[in-house]
Amino acid sequence: MHGEYRYEPKNGFMKWLDSRLPIMRLLDESVLQFPTPKNLNYWFTFGGILTFMLAVQIVTGIVLAMHYVPQETMAFDSVEHIMRDVNYGWLLRYAHSNGASMFFVAVYVHIFRGLYYGSYKAPREVLWILGVIIYLLMMATGFLGYTLPWGQMSFWGATVITNFFSAIPVVGDAVTQWLWGSFAVDNSTLQRFFSLHYLLPFVIAGVVVLHIWALHVPGNNNPLGIDVKGPQDTVPFHPYYTVKDGFALAVFVLFFAALVFFAPNLLGNPDNFVPANRLVTPMHIVPEWYYLPFYAILRSVPSKLLGVILLFGGILVWAFLPWLDTSYVRSARFRPIFRQLFWVFGVVCIGLGWCGAQTPDHVIVDLGPNMTAINAAVDHATKAGKTPEEIAAVQKSAEASERVTFAVVDLSRILTIAYFAFFFPGLFLLGWVETPLPLPESISKAVLGTRGGAASGGRPLEQRG
Amino acid sequence: MRRISLAAVGLLLGITVAFADGQKEPEPQTWSWNGVFGHFDPVQLQRGYQVYKEVCSACHSMRLMAFRNLGDPGGPGFSEAQVKALAATVQVADLDDKGEPTTRPGIAADRFPSPFPNEKAARAANGGALPPDLTVITEAREGGADYVHALLLGYSDPPADMKGKMMPGMNYNPYFLNGQIAMPAPLSTDGQVTYAEGQPAATKAQMAKDVVAFLSWAAEPKMQERKTMGIKVIAFLFVLSLLLYAAYKQLWRDVDH
Repeated sequence: MHGEYRYEPKNGFMKWLDSRLPIMRLLDESVLQFPTPKNLNYWFTFGGILTFMLAVQIVTGIVLAMHYVPQETMAFDSVEHIMRDVNYGWLLRYAHSNGASMFFVAVYVHIFRGLYYGSYKAPREVLWILGVIIYLLMMATGFLGYTLPWGQMSFWGATVITNFFSAIPVVGDAVTQWLWGSFAVDNSTLQRFFSLHYLLPFVIAGVVVLHIWALHVPGNNNPLGIDVKGPQDTVPFHPYYTVKDGFALAVFVLFFAALVFFAPNLLGNPDNFVPANRLVTPMHIVPEWYYLPFYAILRSVPSKLLGVILLFGGILVWAFLPWLDTSYVRSARFRPIFRQLFWVFGVVCIGLGWCGAQTPDHVIVDLGPNMTAINAAVDHATKAGKTPEEIAAVQKSAEASERVTFAVVDLSRILTIAYFAFFFPGLFLLGWVETPLPLPESISKAVLGTRGGAASGGRPLEQRG
Repeated sequence: MRRISLAAVGLLLGITVAFADGQKEPEPQTWSWNGVFGHFDPVQLQRGYQVYKEVCSACHSMRLMAFRNLGDPGGPGFSEAQVKALAATVQVADLDDKGEPTTRPGIAADRFPSPFPNEKAARAANGGALPPDLTVITEAREGGADYVHALLLGYSDPPADMKGKMMPGMNYNPYFLNGQIAMPAPLSTDGQVTYAEGQPAATKAQMAKDVVAFLSWAAEPKMQERKTMGIKVIAFLFVLSLLLYAAYKQLWRDVDH
């Protein structure tokens, strides 16, 4: 979206440069003066926060790579060397490991903001799909990075995740061995994971450039979800949003710093302080918190192949959101039913995350003895001609073991169905049956409406940035 | 503080600090290094080092610790001369000028010597069990310092329901997984270690506290530096946020939005 503004080179050198490489024009028109809706709230500051976090991860990661050794007998010790002997190595490493968590916190807010305000709808479909690609790349990068310290959870996490690929029919084992570079997760795997972990952030940076390019064609969505009608609806990005994003970023970094300096291992797993050992399997293999909902989806089905399909389907379904959602109204503010479904969906995702952190057979509710199974055991014993004492013993042991329970795996199944049902048929049908509230005529009209007391259509702004 | 925030985030993320069935949850202790302003007590770390050296190091390595670390800021605070003297008490394998294997007294840059040359030797000497390396032990166990403390003092006779289940050579300790641990009670009597003049009496409880302090420091020797810097960073970011908020309010004052 290009406003009236055009860059004018200020002096002879700038004119000379502008006719050869219009980089200052690009910076001025696409960043500094870029017309941005004036009603963006704080949920819209997370794009800037994410760019910052990507930079933090790349900068800390490059320095960490100067000290890290991607070799199976030395990797664990080299990480401890960073923690102990490298100047401010502990800071770099804690910033990098907790930075990954904060990066995911920000991306989840960013995604759910896009969902709430309908930022995936025309004309922003490509922008949205690029976002899903970035998210997939982030997940891959985070996973690869988590293997590098070569602790127990690194090793076994890598083993579990790479084993997904063995579920592929016919070529599964070959593909898995190709990924490992070996017949099991070992030194070859670690070395290639390190190489790819260094590569992917730059791929992410490249896709982020495309993402911002695709953003700058239609311009920002906004909390009202209506199009910008003219200059009265916008402000230049700088200084209005550089300062607002800057404030939001400072608050975000405050939380980041609290984690790094005062609870750096809060989100870690103690098992990763035990060097990788292929002979000892940890009791409870859990991935990092940001994968937990998908881990729960994976484990909710007994078939490995179906589990893997659902896991990847659970991510890829987001890319189809622009077409699964049939409503022409973008913002949830004007979609009374969608707004409620949105929160239900949020609870479903958090519920899946909780399930992912538990063991699948963990009993949530014990509903009492399973009489059918107990009676069957007693019948069987009776028919086998056992003595009354033996039958009583069979009954006693059956009563102890045969219970009707509602376990984590049962909850995971319900939530997995709810997760997919939200997209289809949920959003698909909702667009046809929901009656949206009247939309405001323009952003500036809606703003003046709240100021003047009389709403000019639609709901008054709940949040004024 | 850490516990409360841990519980809060745990609730939020649905991650519960998981102690398996048949494993007793350690009682939380008040450690001097807990909390935002917490710090290690150098004298306690020195006592803890003494307990490690005289008791634990008979079976447990701390292979990533070097003698020089004992003089690092935020640690036990031994003087340079003391560090050299402590290092010189051990013999370290080396090569002489002719390339022949020899031993020499340790120097500050040497790592703590390991009690066994390799894992097989360690297992053979300990009834098949491997004494874990203690460098990062308080980070490597659920419950951290509280767990190690509870384990050290948790030995007792097996209760009635465990009596028949004890495997030969195993000791009962309810804080260990399944209640059976190969390590016999390492702190068996008061006064097992002789502390210097003017130090608290070397009771089992005191020795356990001291050695856990030492192990916690060894697991994260830069903790002091981290917390000191953290307070400054948080203060800076807080002021920065206020200034940016004021700038934002000022800038948007005349914009209807």
